[in-house]
Amino acid sequence: MAWTRKILRVNLTQGSCVSEALNMEWAAQYLGQRGLASRYLVSEIDPKVDPLSPENKIIYATGPLTGTMASTGGRYSVVTKGPLTGVIACSNSGGFFGAELKFAGWDMIIVEGKAPTPVYLHIENERAELLPADDLWGTTVWSTEATLKKRHQDPLLRVSSIGRAGENQVLFAAIVNDLHRAAGRSGVGAVMGSKNLKAIAVRGTRGVGNIADAKAFMAAATAGKKVLAENAVTGQGLPTYGTQVLMNVINEMGALPTRNHRDVEFEGARKISAEAMHEKRASDGRAHLVTNQACFGCTIACGRISRIDETHFSVETKPEYWGANGGLEYEAAWALGSANGVDDLEALQFANLLCNEDGMDPISFGATVGAVMELYDLGILSKEEIGLEAPFGSAEALCRLAEMTARGEGFGKILGQGSKRVCAKYGKPELSMTVKGQEFPAYDGRALQGMGLAYATSNRGACHLRGYMVSSEVFGIPVKTDPRETAGKPEMLKAFQDATAVVDSSGLCVFTTFAWTMNDIQPQIQAACEGEWSQESLLQMGERIWNLERDFNLAAGITGKDDTLPPRLLNEPCKTGGSKGMVAEIGKMLPEYYSLRGWTPDGVPTAATRSRLGL
Amino acid sequence: MPITLKLYAFLSDYLPAEARRSNAVALDVPDETTVAALIASRALPPRLVHLVLLNGQFVPPQERGARTLTAGDVLAIWPPIAGG
Repeated sequence: MAWTRKILRVNLTQGSCVSEALNMEWAAQYLGQRGLASRYLVSEIDPKVDPLSPENKIIYATGPLTGTMASTGGRYSVVTKGPLTGVIACSNSGGFFGAELKFAGWDMIIVEGKAPTPVYLHIENERAELLPADDLWGTTVWSTEATLKKRHQDPLLRVSSIGRAGENQVLFAAIVNDLHRAAGRSGVGAVMGSKNLKAIAVRGTRGVGNIADAKAFMAAATAGKKVLAENAVTGQGLPTYGTQVLMNVINEMGALPTRNHRDVEFEGARKISAEAMHEKRASDGRAHLVTNQACFGCTIACGRISRIDETHFSVETKPEYWGANGGLEYEAAWALGSANGVDDLEALQFANLLCNEDGMDPISFGATVGAVMELYDLGILSKEEIGLEAPFGSAEALCRLAEMTARGEGFGKILGQGSKRVCAKYGKPELSMTVKGQEFPAYDGRALQGMGLAYATSNRGACHLRGYMVSSEVFGIPVKTDPRETAGKPEMLKAFQDATAVVDSSGLCVFTTFAWTMNDIQPQIQAACEGEWSQESLLQMGERIWNLERDFNLAAGITGKDDTLPPRLLNEPCKTGGSKGMVAEIGKMLPEYYSLRGWTPDGVPTAATRSRLGL
Repeated sequence: MPITLKLYAFLSDYLPAEARRSNAVALDVPDETTVAALIASRALPPRLVHLVLLNGQFVPPQERGARTLTAGDVLAIWPPIAGG
């Protein structure tokens, strides 16, 4: 067994921390992390609960491979009802926090209630206590982490916390661990803030010594690492260029959403790409990129560590930002850049630093800035209302709006409500580039038909990580499909969604699947975990998780009508490039998708489907 | 016949030094030049020629020998890559 079989239940209202046994029957059906935490959440909260009320719960969950020798085995997920979307939120993070939680002897933390005053949770192996955080409230993620390490005299303390954005209940607030790894999407940080929970600081010294078949596991893990090392993508491409290598690819395809999806090609894409990050700057002769970085146990190391230009207007009087720090990753670079028409790499890095420092999802923040800039361009929002001029392409506006949103200043309070609410407030709901309230990531759903369907059907709103059809439609992994075609996409998407749910429940990173198949993943799970874990049973588990999430969302109030895209993507053809003339043809794919899922024509799992999956 | 060749990521090394900051080089190629012939003429390692886009649209390996270029075309090439 790779589980510790222990849950820490924290009731903030009562101030209690109680150990309880993990439900091993559920573990056998949902594995861990995303699946198992979702199973607990749906059994413990009313789907219609106000996400920011004490009645909502927030779960921090590891997978059975978290903390093991499996490559990338350091992941944890935060599962709750999301305030941005009103549906289930499940945000996954790397770094070192997840493994440390496992080393302390816990599979999962379930947090409920609301503390009367700010607190943080301190865990040292089996000992868990809530401590006052009044002095931490109002400070950043970075400051909180430094303070707690000093207070507990432990530089190896691992901290997962919110910044001022979470405290202010910015609806896309993130939870950040290890300074720049984040459970980023759907506003999980706002839930933490609503509970007056500033941070979780954990130190574990127990290790993970309870692998079911240690010898077989080491053999499987070693074989898996060999596959990753020998693969051109995971062994060379990602370590060298990171995810940012996509900027030019997606732009050349005419699939790079630009200026709030008005355009699909960005004339400044090259200036904010991976290739640009490698080049020496004229100002100081240094390259933006300093090095790559790995999360716990990862042998890919796709993370980017960069150094901002000290002479850039955003930081020239702020030396605290001059050191090497996290970013830029592709999704952040797109949202802060192309989505707003900003081609200033240093400005993007500054805005990204602010997102890390105060805990904001850069995708939703950047995309919301894009909506604000379009409202400004249309004359609906004025300089007086925003507090500054905000035309497309303004690096100054981007940087200032990041500060205002993180700190809850002026118009930043409005921007912090996300694109859907901002556009509705100003009478232009159709300009919100969202699904189920969550902003799109960096691929246009018109240019990549399968990705459009993935956005429309994602259980957490617009998201690339629930079924990454880009992998097939652009990279050719596992097979190349035509991004312009709709045929075959529903079946492929279902397979992607179910397999991703497996990976997200295991403790592994989904990036391994650029090289690994279930032939590589299944032996590691089988060797680590008690019981029988065939590929077939794992994929059925992925399907079970998907339907569990769907049922929760339906009970929360969504319907099949919410499985769609904004009218711009359905009706306004791409203007230029390889995708010129295309619109998202969701109507051609959705009925088949529902049928493959065993759902009614309205998108509801049938009784037979629920029975087959044990729901 | 003028065309533009764009080489990205590890393939940037196969561009003239002055073209690497744009990842693009303007070329004058004979009429009827095929995608495969142009790739061969640049001595690009086959293992690095993975994603080939002609005017933003993917050209499968089996079609590169027959697909001819026309004036003004943009041919962009990447090694195996992924991200997200």
